[in-house]
Amino acid sequence: MCTAPLTAVGRSVPRREGADKVTGRARYTDDIAVPGAWYGRTIRSTIARGAIRSLTLDPAFDWSRVVVVSADDIPGENVVQLIRDDQPVLAPNGGEIRHKEEPILLLAAPDRATLEDAASHIHIEYELATPVSDIGSATEVFSTVDIAKGDVASAQREADLVVEREFRVGLQEQLYIEPQGAIAFPEADGTIRVIGSLQCPYYVHRALKRALKLSDQQAVVVQAETGGGFGGKEEYPSIVAVHAALLARKAGRPVRLIYDRHEDLAATTKRHPGVIRHRTGVKEDGTLVFQDIEIVLDGGAYCTLTPVVLSRAAIHAAGAYSCPNVRIRARAVATNTPPNGAFRGFGAPQSLFAAELMVEHVAERLGVSSVDLRRKWMLRLGDTTATGQVLSESVGSELVLDAALKNAPAVRPSDRPTVRRGRGLSLVFHGSGFTGSGEKKLQGTIAFEALADGTFRILTASTEIGQGTKTIFCQLAADALGVGMDKVDLAPQDTSLVPDSGPTVASRTAMIVGRLVQDAATEVKERLKREKAPLRVEKSYIQPDSIHWDETTYRGDAYPVYAWACTIADVDVDMTTGEVRVSDLITAVDCGKALHPVMAEGQIEGGCLQAVGWATIEEIKMQDGGYQNDRLATYLIPTALDAPRIRTILVENPYSRGPFGAKGIGELPMDGPAPAIIAAIHDATGVWLDEIPATPEKVLAACASR
Amino acid sequence: MRFTLNGRTVSLDVVGTRRLLDALREDLHLTGTKEGCGEGECGACSVLIDGEVVDSCLIAVGQVEGREVTTVEGLADGGRLTALQQAFIEHGAAQCGICTPGMLLAAHVLVQQSRQLTADDVREGLAGNLCRCTGYTKIIDAVLSCTK
Amino acid sequence: MHEVTFLCPKDLQDAVRLYRTTPGCRPLAGGTDLMVMLHARTLRPQPRAVLDIWSLAELKGVRRHSGMLEIGAAESYTGIIRSREAHRHVPALVAAARTIGAAQIQNRGTLGGNLANASPAGDTLPILLAYDAVVVTDRRSIPIDQFFTGYRKTALQPDELITAVRFPQGRDVVFRKVGTRAAQAISKVMMAVSRKPARIAIGSVAEVPLRARGAEAALERGDVDGAIAAVADDIRPIDDVRSTADYRRTVTQNVLRELLSVG
Repeated sequence: MCTAPLTAVGRSVPRREGADKVTGRARYTDDIAVPGAWYGRTIRSTIARGAIRSLTLDPAFDWSRVVVVSADDIPGENVVQLIRDDQPVLAPNGGEIRHKEEPILLLAAPDRATLEDAASHIHIEYELATPVSDIGSATEVFSTVDIAKGDVASAQREADLVVEREFRVGLQEQLYIEPQGAIAFPEADGTIRVIGSLQCPYYVHRALKRALKLSDQQAVVVQAETGGGFGGKEEYPSIVAVHAALLARKAGRPVRLIYDRHEDLAATTKRHPGVIRHRTGVKEDGTLVFQDIEIVLDGGAYCTLTPVVLSRAAIHAAGAYSCPNVRIRARAVATNTPPNGAFRGFGAPQSLFAAELMVEHVAERLGVSSVDLRRKWMLRLGDTTATGQVLSESVGSELVLDAALKNAPAVRPSDRPTVRRGRGLSLVFHGSGFTGSGEKKLQGTIAFEALADGTFRILTASTEIGQGTKTIFCQLAADALGVGMDKVDLAPQDTSLVPDSGPTVASRTAMIVGRLVQDAATEVKERLKREKAPLRVEKSYIQPDSIHWDETTYRGDAYPVYAWACTIADVDVDMTTGEVRVSDLITAVDCGKALHPVMAEGQIEGGCLQAVGWATIEEIKMQDGGYQNDRLATYLIPTALDAPRIRTILVENPYSRGPFGAKGIGELPMDGPAPAIIAAIHDATGVWLDEIPATPEKVLAACASR
Repeated sequence: MRFTLNGRTVSLDVVGTRRLLDALREDLHLTGTKEGCGEGECGACSVLIDGEVVDSCLIAVGQVEGREVTTVEGLADGGRLTALQQAFIEHGAAQCGICTPGMLLAAHVLVQQSRQLTADDVREGLAGNLCRCTGYTKIIDAVLSCTK
Repeated sequence: MHEVTFLCPKDLQDAVRLYRTTPGCRPLAGGTDLMVMLHARTLRPQPRAVLDIWSLAELKGVRRHSGMLEIGAAESYTGIIRSREAHRHVPALVAAARTIGAAQIQNRGTLGGNLANASPAGDTLPILLAYDAVVVTDRRSIPIDQFFTGYRKTALQPDELITAVRFPQGRDVVFRKVGTRAAQAISKVMMAVSRKPARIAIGSVAEVPLRARGAEAALERGDVDGAIAAVADDIRPIDDVRSTADYRRTVTQNVLRELLSVG
């Protein structure tokens, strides 16, 4: 289709907004000065479960100085627009409280001191109920997924060896360095414009319309420069934006609602914790006979995106392996903790953690190398996944395994007597784009314009959150058009200007929306041979006829294609303290085509370190339904001194429907490091941990009980 | 009170206990300096005082009386980026960019040193600046490319 | 809501006078703890004024003083790390200073601040205990083992200002900090050990940084195993957000074993 040589794609051109980011010119939400804007604040529940008995505004405070918004002030429906309508924008007086930090009232004031003063004069009394604190005691189920392939029940008779194991994974905070925030502007014609730190402008748009009873045109959402997302700014910004909009509407002036780190950590969504049980049957020669898997994820107090997270967890649960008989039973339950939500990997890191460690346990029982066992089991071209999807192209399992092994030097023992060194490996795959018929339902749309001055403009709602959207879209368009990158520009992510190209999630931006950009640019190039600028084309996603998915049976093509990664982790375990230091990490990634090699590597390295944190030090302890680790002094992520040397090997194994062959890789790097690290700890100490984070406390206790 | 900010003398009439971070962002409208945690853990608010890197959320503005403060806005000379800023762009050291201003200032101190730096020196020098996007690899590469 | 007054003394004498005469006044040095608490308004009672002692020349510097090494109360950790005298006479303090926070904190944190804050997790405090340091104030000298009187409580009078810390020379101290990560970590266990005289000082294992007297007595007798056994009874660790009492107890013994095997 594109015969001209690539001048932009595949080259590590300067990031579009790079100069703004290194000079401090880039404007994040809290950097935007708004004369006359008031400061907003959220008043939240201090209990995990119960009901609001009374809300009292102390008459000792002059309430005319501030604006107070309660559930009664919501013009539309008191619902956060997501999958299920269970989460209120604000808990009403007399209403139910389902978690700590649940929003009850909103306040706005002309200055921060008045705001704090007003907040200290609000008194809320509760009826207390006993909270459901963990998966073990949960009874309410948000959703279930069942996947069946072959017949596990009868296959059990064929197995020579059955290995059973239970694994646990913990909560994790996305920890974007810029906290959540939004500024809302009420306009005279009833329009409410919200500028915020967000991944998905049209999610926020829908939430505003519903809660504030606005028309399509009356709700306007604009993305400010956004300081990281990782899923944490997928659904939560809808709450921040609706709150800011309610305050601005009542105050009749702009209101800034910017969270500080403490509020962000205490109140916003986390990665779903889970318990995953595996039973794996093999023959004496290692042939995989069956996998029987049970997954339980903790959704927290409200449904948010939990059913979709559970779906991805279930689909990836069998790992990157070919097994004739698979049964996966997954359910997500409700507890009285703040709701869990989207986070890079979206359930797959949880289930792949268990799947990868199962390979290790089976290999150990068989007395064979786990690398050899992976080679025997892994999905190859033409193989069938647990959902019955036949892998017809771009299957990189063997390529990444070979590339990682080839590039890993031999492990050298530590020269410190109390330190033991070990190595572990993992092989994972991750579906690129939405699950099943998600893309078909969404029909993401972009527009592309040829302007009269000879330049071009891309109009999409896909956001730049650090991963390089702005740069790679311009690269794709430039090469499709055969023009220099300086001729291509991107319209701002503003719902009054750009069509809904879908949310910036699910490893879909480069592959799905990027392909629309490429196709639109190609069409414009053709039309310019006959027509004159200005002209505009719109392109919507069309599901290829070859993709079949049955949502009711969970059979068929779960994803258009998969990206693959093999990760090798080297760890030092300090036997005095149980501390685990990941010293080196090598990851080979089949990305289809690296549109921008430096950015692809950077995204992979960042994802790997996020996974290292999840596997080792990022721990959240619960107390009375809230998080004890609610400050950056207690929720610790890796520093530059903790981070391993990370080496990325990009393997290009093109996918025919990706732009120039590219596949989505945004989430994949979150999947592989955790099981590789646990395997490395075993290699170093002889101890198997079944739970992450592998804190020094757990490592030392496991070593002592051995 | 008066101090030198990015080479220019500024005077401010605010209470001395106000955080330097707030004075820079709200009184002097230099928003390149970011607030990530407000307790000296993340380094997003890093600035230089007399050439030393500090967290501006932990400094009372009264404490910079008569001193020289440098923020990210003061790094580039006019429109010309420093070698370090250029290296951050080329090496992909800035992704979402929110840690970048603070990171640049911590790195600036490192590259000013006359001694040969190792990757471990750079890691130690940047350990007070959290980044969630890069895994630090590209940042370390960028800084090492500018060291002597 | 009142604003906190900022007092800027011109010299130490002025600072001492202001501190004695201003009600509700807190000294401010590097601000690494105090500024967080001021901003979050978590100090009880809320101070009415802060006294900026960061720039006072009398509180800076590392020097020898009557056979001891003296470090100014407001000298930064970076200043200590860069001092040749400190390297020669208190190398363990220099090494410990490098594990505190990261560059930003080392550029502002001070011994005076660490002492006055008196956190059980204060990273220099076990080092000071192992060196038998002396806390010098505007009116007297306080031996370090009499300085910590309770959780975040010290022997200081309400208007008493720390001016310097003095260290005896010629003592070998080794230490180990156990935190959750390699930098920017508040310790779970921090231990400093001197063989002669026997000093075993530990942070984050009780309501104060303490000396493990039972273990010291055993070590004084040359009974290393006895010291490792005794240290478990000398400490009073708790479960908290950072770790568990069990872990702290085990690691205290493990670290002592490690330090005594190299020392």
